Amino acid sequence: MRRYFAFLWDCARLSFVGDWRYHGWMTVLTLITLVGVYAYCHQLVYGLVTTGMTDQVSWGAYIANFTYLVGLAAAAAMLVIPVYVYRNMHLHDVVIFGELLAIAVIIMCLLFVMVDLGRPDRFLHLLQRFNFPMSMLTWDVIALNGYLLLNLHICGYLVYMAYCGREPSKVFYVPFVFVAIVWAVSIHTVTAFLYVGLGGRPFWNSAIIAPRFLASAFAAGPALIILTLQIVRRCTSHRVRDDALLTLRRIVQVAMLINMFLLGCELFTEFYTDSAHTASARYLYFGLSGRGALVPWIWTAIVFDSLAMIILLLPASRGLTLLNLACVLAIVGIWIEKGMGLIVPAFVPTPLGEIVEYMPTWHEIMVCLGIWAFGLLLYTIMVRITIPVLSGQVRARGRHDQNELKAAHATRT
Amino acid sequence: MSAADNTPNNPTHGAPAGAAPEPSRRGFLRMGVNAVAGAAALAAALSPLRDLDPDDAPSLEEFFQKHYKEMSAEEKQAALARIAEQVRRRFKLPADRAVNVQDPPPMDGVEFVYALNVSRCIGCRKCVHACAKENNTSRSPEIQYIRVLQMQKGSIDVETSEHHYDPIKIPDHQAYYLPVQCHQCAKPPCVKVCPTEATWQEPDGITVIDYDWCIGCRYCEAACPYWARRFNFGKPQIPADELNLDMAYLSNRPRSKGVMEKCTFCLHRTRRGRMPACVEVCPTGSRKFGNVLDPDSEVAYILRHKRVFVFKEEVGTLPRFFYYFDERGSRYHEPIEVFEPGEST
Repeated sequence: MRRYFAFLWDCARLSFVGDWRYHGWMTVLTLITLVGVYAYCHQLVYGLVTTGMTDQVSWGAYIANFTYLVGLAAAAAMLVIPVYVYRNMHLHDVVIFGELLAIAVIIMCLLFVMVDLGRPDRFLHLLQRFNFPMSMLTWDVIALNGYLLLNLHICGYLVYMAYCGREPSKVFYVPFVFVAIVWAVSIHTVTAFLYVGLGGRPFWNSAIIAPRFLASAFAAGPALIILTLQIVRRCTSHRVRDDALLTLRRIVQVAMLINMFLLGCELFTEFYTDSAHTASARYLYFGLSGRGALVPWIWTAIVFDSLAMIILLLPASRGLTLLNLACVLAIVGIWIEKGMGLIVPAFVPTPLGEIVEYMPTWHEIMVCLGIWAFGLLLYTIMVRITIPVLSGQVRARGRHDQNELKAAHATRT
Repeated sequence: MSAADNTPNNPTHGAPAGAAPEPSRRGFLRMGVNAVAGAAALAAALSPLRDLDPDDAPSLEEFFQKHYKEMSAEEKQAALARIAEQVRRRFKLPADRAVNVQDPPPMDGVEFVYALNVSRCIGCRKCVHACAKENNTSRSPEIQYIRVLQMQKGSIDVETSEHHYDPIKIPDHQAYYLPVQCHQCAKPPCVKVCPTEATWQEPDGITVIDYDWCIGCRYCEAACPYWARRFNFGKPQIPADELNLDMAYLSNRPRSKGVMEKCTFCLHRTRRGRMPACVEVCPTGSRKFGNVLDPDSEVAYILRHKRVFVFKEEVGTLPRFFYYFDERGSRYHEPIEVFEPGEST
């Protein structure tokens, strides 16, 4: 137990140590986080009027970011499956970065849900009267928190074992890794069902939402990891081989293809039949009654997604410059289409046919940026701690080892 | 000073590599300055909280209050007294104005339904404003439970309807009117999705909200196919002299910011044998309300004999709100002036 506290203490100390670039980056992130805290305090005082949301469009940027980030958490599963299921050892040394990303991203998701609540002070009511299994939101609470705990356990265990200089025992983490794979699929499915289950919103009430959600998540998540790994290898002593990046490239490539195919299926169903239920889709892609705030966004997303797909299909994208370009395009494109492009149009027009547009306010944007900065801050700290511990540069102090030896002797005799 | 730089000096299990060097006086000072700057930045970020209205923060009683269905009779009485006191304080009511917060239970053998005659409705929106007054909804930002749609002739598609019609005279004979409010569905999607069971269906068919339990996630608002739910995005503003002091826990007591609200068929009136405010105010008699289980009630007669339909039947929520039209054609109304100036929207 004492050693565990020493571990936490060393982690805390490590997170404050770094060169000037590290300190500068952390200071900037902290400042942006504090700006977000400031905007959120305003929201606490005056209510959600500080946002652009209305009774007509009652979910906005917060839920859009939440939805997208649930997708990013898939990155972990996409690294784990090749390593643990297919024994692809290229990715073995970088799996932990995916799992750490999942932790940071799920915490961001929970924050985005919290800031969306009108009465966050009543959050505990959720535990006192949990409308399970009727409400999909309660399923999502279980799925997200469960995934967070699984990844915390896996990462925490591996890092702590490295800290103690012991070989991690497979019994304590491999079963959890496999549960986490299934769980990763469940967090997307459940989050998609949150929207799919609403009969009064034809834009969401479609069976293709969950599969598309998975496909786009499996593209955006690993794309982000490709970029992250390059930053890790540039800024730290951790070595990441190009093979790992190229394995991930193949995953992004296939996922992006499936995503675009499903998009085509969706567009055909919406527009060829031309039934009365396509108003939201028409609003999203072409605008309704002269109003189309989302039109430029969604076409940007489609162009970005298509470009990313084309680049990834070219053999030239084995070069890192083009690969990075494709990844950035995929991440931004999917952020638009799985965020604002999925959430907002379902509210336009309203079930009574009224067209009210949504535009996030500066307050809302500041809160969103604050949460993103906080997530990056968390991720940076976790990577900062993990790399020296895993490479054995930071270890438990010797006297603990001796104590443990003594204890081992005592139990043996 | 990074971990990598430090390790060559401590190759064995020594002091943890990467830890800060022995604090010199200068290092200590710098740490102090950093800590002070950090604390100041945090204080600045939290500074808007100074403007928090102490009335908005939940009191201890409110914070620990149980869910409506779990409260004992005494606890309920205490909650009603607390709410009355809170209303008096919040609206600075003089001592001679009695605040009456009750919790009328559903009556046995009663299931309320609503019937609206589309041949008669002239779209005057008197119901909209009477409802807001009766139910103490916020006037700024304005919250209305009833939305009257001006429908195009030849279409039942709400997407071609006009929500913000503002003529000098009504009705417009090129249109018909479709007022929409909570349909008190028998299979309410809003109840199904609520994560905290803060909204439920009462035995008399009314879907209610415990405003002290709602966490404000707005999932119910997304789920409602009739756009019947409203959210208090800001603190509801109601002039104290317009406050309706005859209140019930589950209906028209003033709400806080950050919670949902909706039409409750005026249960504080209807559970005591009165008509909802919208029925009482309707100048054309288009609105009918009553107990469907009583075969002699007006609504039972309408459901048996009139040409009745429900709106958006395809969403399958089984509404208790019916529309009907007269057999002998619409009553023709000469267009009339839109009521008192200022009352029109």
